[in-house]
Amino acid sequence: MSRIGIFICHCGENISATVDCARVAEESGRLPGVVHSVDYKYMCSDPGQRMIQEAIREHRLDGVVVAACSPRMHEATFRRTVSEAGLNPYQCEVANLREHCSWVHEKGESTTQKAIDLVRLLVEKVKRNKPLLPIQVPITKTALVVGGGVAGIQAAIDIANAGHKVVLVEKSPSIGGHMSQLSETFPTLDCSQCILTPRMVEAAQHPNIELMTYSEVEKVEGFIGNFKVTVRKKARKVDEKLCTGCGLCTQKCPNKKIPDAFNEGLGKRGAIYVPFPQAVPNKPVIDTVNCTFFKTGKCKVCEKVCPTNAIRFEQEDSHVTLDIGAIVLATGFQLMKTEAFPEYGYGQHKDIIDGMQFERLASASGPTLGAIQRPSDGKEPGTIVFIACSGSRDRAKGVPYCSKICCMYTAKHAMLYKHKVHGGKAYVFYMDIRAAGKAYDEFTRRAIEEDEVSYIRGRVSRIYEEDGQLVVKGVDTLLGGMPVEIKADMVVLATAVQAQEDSRALAQTLHVSYDSYGFFAEAHPKLRPVETNTAGIFLAGACQAPRDIPETVAQASGAAAKVAGLFSKDELTREPIVAVVNRQAPPLFSTCVGCFLCQSACPYSAIESEEIKNRAGEVIRTVARVNPGLCQGCGTCVATCRTKAIDLQGYSNEQLFAEVMAL
Amino acid sequence: MRIGYYPGCSLLGSSREFDESTRAVLKALDVELVEVPDWNCCGASSAHVLDHELSLALPARIMALAEAAGLDEILAPCAACSNRLLTARQELSNHPEKRAEIETAIGMPYAGRVRIVNVLEVLDRLKDRIAEKCVASFQHSVACYYGCLLVRPPRVVDFDRPEDPQSLDRVMASVGANPIDWPFKTECCGAAFSMTRTDIVAKLGAKILSGAVKRGAEALIVACPMCHSNLDLRRDAINAHLKANGGQPSDVPVLFVTQVIGLALGIDPKTLGLQRHLVSVQLPKAESATAGTTV
Repeated sequence: MSRIGIFICHCGENISATVDCARVAEESGRLPGVVHSVDYKYMCSDPGQRMIQEAIREHRLDGVVVAACSPRMHEATFRRTVSEAGLNPYQCEVANLREHCSWVHEKGESTTQKAIDLVRLLVEKVKRNKPLLPIQVPITKTALVVGGGVAGIQAAIDIANAGHKVVLVEKSPSIGGHMSQLSETFPTLDCSQCILTPRMVEAAQHPNIELMTYSEVEKVEGFIGNFKVTVRKKARKVDEKLCTGCGLCTQKCPNKKIPDAFNEGLGKRGAIYVPFPQAVPNKPVIDTVNCTFFKTGKCKVCEKVCPTNAIRFEQEDSHVTLDIGAIVLATGFQLMKTEAFPEYGYGQHKDIIDGMQFERLASASGPTLGAIQRPSDGKEPGTIVFIACSGSRDRAKGVPYCSKICCMYTAKHAMLYKHKVHGGKAYVFYMDIRAAGKAYDEFTRRAIEEDEVSYIRGRVSRIYEEDGQLVVKGVDTLLGGMPVEIKADMVVLATAVQAQEDSRALAQTLHVSYDSYGFFAEAHPKLRPVETNTAGIFLAGACQAPRDIPETVAQASGAAAKVAGLFSKDELTREPIVAVVNRQAPPLFSTCVGCFLCQSACPYSAIESEEIKNRAGEVIRTVARVNPGLCQGCGTCVATCRTKAIDLQGYSNEQLFAEVMAL
Repeated sequence: MRIGYYPGCSLLGSSREFDESTRAVLKALDVELVEVPDWNCCGASSAHVLDHELSLALPARIMALAEAAGLDEILAPCAACSNRLLTARQELSNHPEKRAEIETAIGMPYAGRVRIVNVLEVLDRLKDRIAEKCVASFQHSVACYYGCLLVRPPRVVDFDRPEDPQSLDRVMASVGANPIDWPFKTECCGAAFSMTRTDIVAKLGAKILSGAVKRGAEALIVACPMCHSNLDLRRDAINAHLKANGGQPSDVPVLFVTQVIGLALGIDPKTLGLQRHLVSVQLPKAESATAGTTV
């Protein structure tokens, strides 16, 4: 016979206002197997918890039902309480009298009756509870950081400095990301590359960091602490070990007419190229789509000039499998293209560019060496118009959210323009100036007051070309809604920040959830901003939402701290609420018949097959086995099993039927 | 092919040639037009801004009559009419309780089955047949001017690209015309201000007209009676505005899309009502037609 103790909590007046707690305690006390039943004002308080512990010792209880708030709130508290008194924590159950009863019903007899029913169910369940032990999972102390922009670099350096190995995977030939393309950064106007490149070098030279550039994550299996990640190393067609980065091949490549992605199409590069002079690693890549040899079978100039014979035309993509304990996603963002705006000419006007293109024009390492020249004819624009919120906050045709960085970088662009073109006129069309951040509002005020940028509050309805100039038609909503027409030489659209093209595919590869825009979803918007819902996978930077550099770096360090915390232990403790395939005495061994329907039903790929062998090592039966490290305890396999050979620990069929029968 | 026809007031009055050419062209294309019996005002002039119930009841009665006549579609050539009909149709389908009220008001059942189409949709649908029956290709550079009501608001009319529509350009190309690329396709013509603020119409019309002429257009093509009257009827005011502001007055003709198709199909100009325009339709010889400048 069981010896069960019942503890009814009033939760101040949250429960006792509508439920007669004393009567619940009294009636529950008469249930078979119950030896002790009391009620108390605050069961979660220190005296309340002590009351439970004393009762366990005094009445030699073997099961406890606490009737209080939702188990989501205090199940962990009460399980710790009973385990301190020597009981297995899984012998304690919480009946939800608050959310499921007192808060949702009027005061009355039937409410109290329902409370008694809820307690009775759990008494029947707890009688059948078995002591469970937490599952220990070993941790591989190597982190994978996906994405080599400033977020990935920062996360990798922080994890590496904590003493753990890091593999940093970047899909393009160099790390650096969007930040390496920027000219100067707000609100301090310090040179972006000057502050980033030392970090890039630090990441590359760190003994704990392994760089894998020009590589992509293809497959992720496993679970927290024990991921198996397959990375595809794209063929550079260059032997990285032999290449010294002398640059002769890139100089001599005869095909130099290829639009340069690093310069956002504003410059040209060769078919063998290094994305930018400070690239890390400073090793070239052959663009096989445009390379003359790959197109016609003739050329091989790069091979002839290479002093170390590092060119490898025959090199193929290769795959590497890594054992990884934690993953940080730092895959960044992309900008909406100017092609998305029919009213601004579908991106067909060369002098209507996006913000990143302006960064390249303003950058000392850009195609114009920092001179502001318009793309169509290289002329210095005497009048320039910036349009904020191009596609952002536009429910009809763009994205409904605020892209966050545009107000600041548009102010910066206008300022850079005014600093470089002294007699120039700069206009900014805006909806609101959102400059919330340290020294941000001062920065936008400086653009307006000191650099005399004309800010016009209103939208632009159309841009068209007339007599060799762009006519920008908009409205000034602060001047009584008057139409404004500006003849401009160049227009810069602050186009919306969007999730990467392949973010959804990557999220599906990693089983990470994402929002309707393709940004990766955090586990909790306020309290778990750098974690995903998948244990062991963390987020940094603009892959989660539009972010500026300070926020990105802070979040990257936050994610790194989470990884370091995880790696601070040798083993991971998990809740033992997992499915188990039963084992019986010979000759039955198990009621599992090995149909493996459960395997196809399991959403977590947690079901393996196991061979039962006799002493001679011959296979007698093949049955299913649940990997407790992967199992999330969802119970799908239990419902699927035809022979009822699978049970969920802590929620067995027997326990649940007993609960139902008690009603 | 059988299709309901709702001419509305403009096509019986100031834009008779739109009615005449639409009937002539669709007849030539073997489309039977069935005029909605006992039709009434669509409410575009003043009813829709003065009384919300009337703005629904007037179009609902037209559509209910068409349903009773067994029609699936109504062609409403006037852009204001089709816009009113579409707006009412959408509001009544989104709010069933309003539909019941309106049914009582008009004293007829209204199921909301009948579709509303404009001239461009019908011609776009028939463009293969037009190309087949084309006897005199219209080899001129033309500026396709859609105006505002055909494509806006996009959520209601759900027709073509609202900022840069293409259907009229396609129809024009199907009879050999060269539609120029220009930025004023959906620019405001001043529509309803034709009587009250002719000065605004002159200013806006001047912009559209000179924008088309500057880019090599030999004719403007429209599919809306208001666009037509503002660019044709108000030409003296437009030219006066141009002259006063250093622009070039212009006698570029403004044709309804159905008139151009009619000419291409070999229908005589009088049947198409070309003589009714205030700016006479004189086009340069087709051989001299040059490719329009593209911007």
